[in-house]
Amino acid sequence: MGINTLNRSLWVFHVNTGSCNGCDIEIVAALTPRYDVERFGIKLVGTPRHADVLLVTGAVTRQMKDKLLRVYEQTPDPKVVMVIGNCGATGGVFYESYNLVGPVDRLIPVDVFVPGCPPRPEAIIEGVVKAWKKLEELEAAGKRKKKRAKEAKE
Amino acid sequence: MTMDFSVLLFVPVFSITAILLGLFFRGIDRKLGAKMQARIGPPIIQPFIDLKKLLMKENIVPENAIKWVFNSMPLIALSASILVLLYVPFLGFPPLLSGYGDLILVLYLLMIPALALAVGGFSSGSTYASVGAQRELVLMMSYEFAFSIVIVTIAWLVTKTAPVINAFSLVSISVVPVWGLVGVMGFIGLLLLLLALMLVMPAELGRLPADIAEAKTEIADGVFVEYSGRNLALLYLALDVRTIAFSSLVVALFFPFAFTEFVPLQGIVAVIANALFFLVKVFIVMFFGSIFVHVAVARFRVDQAARAYWGPVLLIALIGMALVMWGTVLG
Ligand code: SF4
Repeated sequence: MGINTLNRSLWVFHVNTGSCNGCDIEIVAALTPRYDVERFGIKLVGTPRHADVLLVTGAVTRQMKDKLLRVYEQTPDPKVVMVIGNCGATGGVFYESYNLVGPVDRLIPVDVFVPGCPPRPEAIIEGVVKAWKKLEELEAAGKRKKKRAKEAKE
Repeated sequence: MTMDFSVLLFVPVFSITAILLGLFFRGIDRKLGAKMQARIGPPIIQPFIDLKKLLMKENIVPENAIKWVFNSMPLIALSASILVLLYVPFLGFPPLLSGYGDLILVLYLLMIPALALAVGGFSSGSTYASVGAQRELVLMMSYEFAFSIVIVTIAWLVTKTAPVINAFSLVSISVVPVWGLVGVMGFIGLLLLLLALMLVMPAELGRLPADIAEAKTEIADGVFVEYSGRNLALLYLALDVRTIAFSSLVVALFFPFAFTEFVPLQGIVAVIANALFFLVKVFIVMFFGSIFVHVAVARFRVDQAARAYWGPVLLIALIGMALVMWGTVLG
């Protein structure tokens, strides 16, 4: 399936849970005219309420735990969580630090991991496309579930 | 005055056309904006895709929001925006509800979406939204005066020089193009008024450099911060339709010429040509009032915006008014 046939509207919200800012800069780079993600309908939004995708960077520190959970709750369904960078995936260079409660998937369900320290913008964009496919699967699954429930009723 | 019921039949058709056109123009806006920044940009149907997605998403109402206000404001904003279009000459047709309201009503109706945004922001219980709502109100108080001066001057000019019964009626204004009513002095005045109106446009539409009420990078989308799903979709629709409505108003005031005045056409061809010509005019107004501006400039601070609209813009409008009056009374 080509990109053109996919549902091309993903709004991303960026959560920094204590990253070194390297990943964040790469995210910003992915949004610049050079990579121009707007042509795929990807847009950075200012509030989790508008978001379809959460971009989480950093290995969650104790201080950021509540905030991360809260942002996750604030995002309307259907949503996808993407972890950008090694930190969020495993702890990365901060592995086994005393102040970590992460990595991210210990706290919230994660759909896509983009490894790298930091990952290149191309990798991030590819990750978003993966997230995209996942969203569509979720949507289709939701429809299937509804259909099954309807059939069960009849 | 009895209501003509055929009008009621046209209203849904009209509203749907307005919404489709609003989305379409937003698509063009984004595409052109991207092109001007040397990007490829989203496809023109992107706003439709976004809309479809937003309608599919969950609609969250925050716990500490005032529920009924929070939920009703997007609807009010959208219906007020559509209502404006019913009072403005649109697609080459005379206003659908002409005879039921005039320019003054349009002035007030144009204010409602902004007010609804502010009230919705206050009711959402978020600090960001409250800041955004306050900014929206400050901005409104700044540009509204210059805007009214433009409208009132044109109405005055029409009463003074053209023998029409109701000067504030948009039909009479669009029948007698204002440019023909004035001498050289008045012509310059009208140009200044047009300039003032174009400068008011970004503020009225909440676009850069005056999108301080949403200001994504400072106050996290401001008044929109708590809206999601269906409510957000309605709000975006309201903004898109308002863009069309305001541009149509500018066209009606300053460029009411029909295509058939230049090229004699008959029947259905004439209607289609007029409609297309109207869309081109709306596009040109939008291009210079909003698209071109918002890629070229950065955002005002609140105080800068207030100062700009109370200072230079108001001055331009006042000088324009003085010139038009001078030209008409003395000339
Ligand atoms: S993965 Fe590397 S670049 Fe990214 S936040 Fe961690 S340490 Fe920084």
